[in-house]
Amino acid sequence: MERIILHSDLNNFYASVACLYDPDLRGKPVAVAGDAEARHGIVLAKNDAAKRCGVATGNPLWLAKQRCPGIVFVPPDYDRYLRYSELTRELYGSYTDRVEPYGLDECWLDVSESTTLFGDGKRIADDIRRRIRTELGVTASIGVSFNKVFAKLGSDLRKPDATTVIDRLHFRESVWPLPVGALLFVGASTRRKLEKSGVQTIGELARRAPEALEKLLGKNGRTLWLFANGLDSSPVARTTAKLLVRSVGNGTTAPRDLISDADVKLVLNGLCESVSTRLRQKRSICSGVQLGVRYADLTSYERQRALPLPGRASSILLHEAFSLFRESRSPEKPVRSLYVRAYGLADDTGAPTLLPDPPQTRKAETLDAAVDRLRERFGYESIQKGLMLTDRRLAAFAPTAGDAIHPDLFFKNETI
Amino acid sequence: MRSKIFVEVTARFDTDGSLTPLDLVWEDGRRYPIDRVLDVRRAASLKAGGAGVRYTVQIGRCRRFLYYDRPQWFVEGKD
Repeated sequence: MERIILHSDLNNFYASVACLYDPDLRGKPVAVAGDAEARHGIVLAKNDAAKRCGVATGNPLWLAKQRCPGIVFVPPDYDRYLRYSELTRELYGSYTDRVEPYGLDECWLDVSESTTLFGDGKRIADDIRRRIRTELGVTASIGVSFNKVFAKLGSDLRKPDATTVIDRLHFRESVWPLPVGALLFVGASTRRKLEKSGVQTIGELARRAPEALEKLLGKNGRTLWLFANGLDSSPVARTTAKLLVRSVGNGTTAPRDLISDADVKLVLNGLCESVSTRLRQKRSICSGVQLGVRYADLTSYERQRALPLPGRASSILLHEAFSLFRESRSPEKPVRSLYVRAYGLADDTGAPTLLPDPPQTRKAETLDAAVDRLRERFGYESIQKGLMLTDRRLAAFAPTAGDAIHPDLFFKNETI
Repeated sequence: MRSKIFVEVTARFDTDGSLTPLDLVWEDGRRYPIDRVLDVRRAASLKAGGAGVRYTVQIGRCRRFLYYDRPQWFVEGKD
């Protein structure tokens, strides 16, 4: 049986919620912005009026202001976004139990089994859009197709508040002329490689030999070839299935440039502690650590390394992240932003393993868990490493969920 | 006049978990009993700016939308 997959994408999510709650903002160019005082001054989301002036996500605020002098900046309200995200998922849940979130504002829905109850895919999509508009006061673009990749593509084609159907009979006419960058997982560097070898559109990608693409892009090449030909068969995860998190990361732009190794270590410590805490909350361990560095001149790089043993103790994460930094840094360049990500996550089953479990690892784990409990009861600053007292201003950034920068955004912003 | 007016509400939780507003205190400090709840649905209020569970309530001869947008209740003001 042909599958019917929907991809629903809330339009300008953060900015739409901001405009709903403050009617005075409607019609004006609006951007949800990070805190400029703490140098987190970038555009996190914008509405259509701001987009028309050329304001893009990741722009520093001064640039957004330059492009769009009348722009209104509003602070983010993560609690409200999370609640909205839950409400939309509840709404999707009244059509199917196969709902797979992709970030806060996007979801795939497999409604193949729901059509006898609610009508065909387009009808369900239109109904969902109407309900999101009237019940939640925001809008969504929904793509309807026979696989996840084309459904996602469809939701990007028409905005705002539109349904786009891409069916098996007509996808060659509607999808193939599109630029190859519109396809899911074709990022900037893959797109450049493809364009260099003469692949500009999705159709040209589809007509290449898969072997040639594999040679050009590795395993990913064959996957993209399947995508372009409408052969993606990945299932939409069930709501009840545990969310697959592949990495946990946290990054920050420091309130001042980091000159010495001690500065960097202090900030890395804060990031590693928060990553470590989140790993414990998820009951996960990681097999490696990735470090992202951006210098004051806005050039950036990433390095990663496997841990000697899978784990999550903050001291171990810090040790690896800091040594990655010392091996790779340019000594003369001050650092502006740092990012730490734990990858290769696995469930911490607590079961005995064949791997040796050195006592110091267990000690570090116990210590971290005790610090978590103290902070839960008495506040984040109730217990600190002495290191954090050497520069109160640097240590003052609170590494909570609200401060987390999405990994995709980290290197995207401020590159202009 | 402001288009979003937060109001104090007395409400009843039934054993099935449903929530029914019983009276509300208007801006002038007077308490108005809600005679009937005519409709309950989730809805956004573009006028007041917000979204929540919308109760269509009858107060005397007047019908109003009363929104429960956790943790607050509000009504749309008249322009």
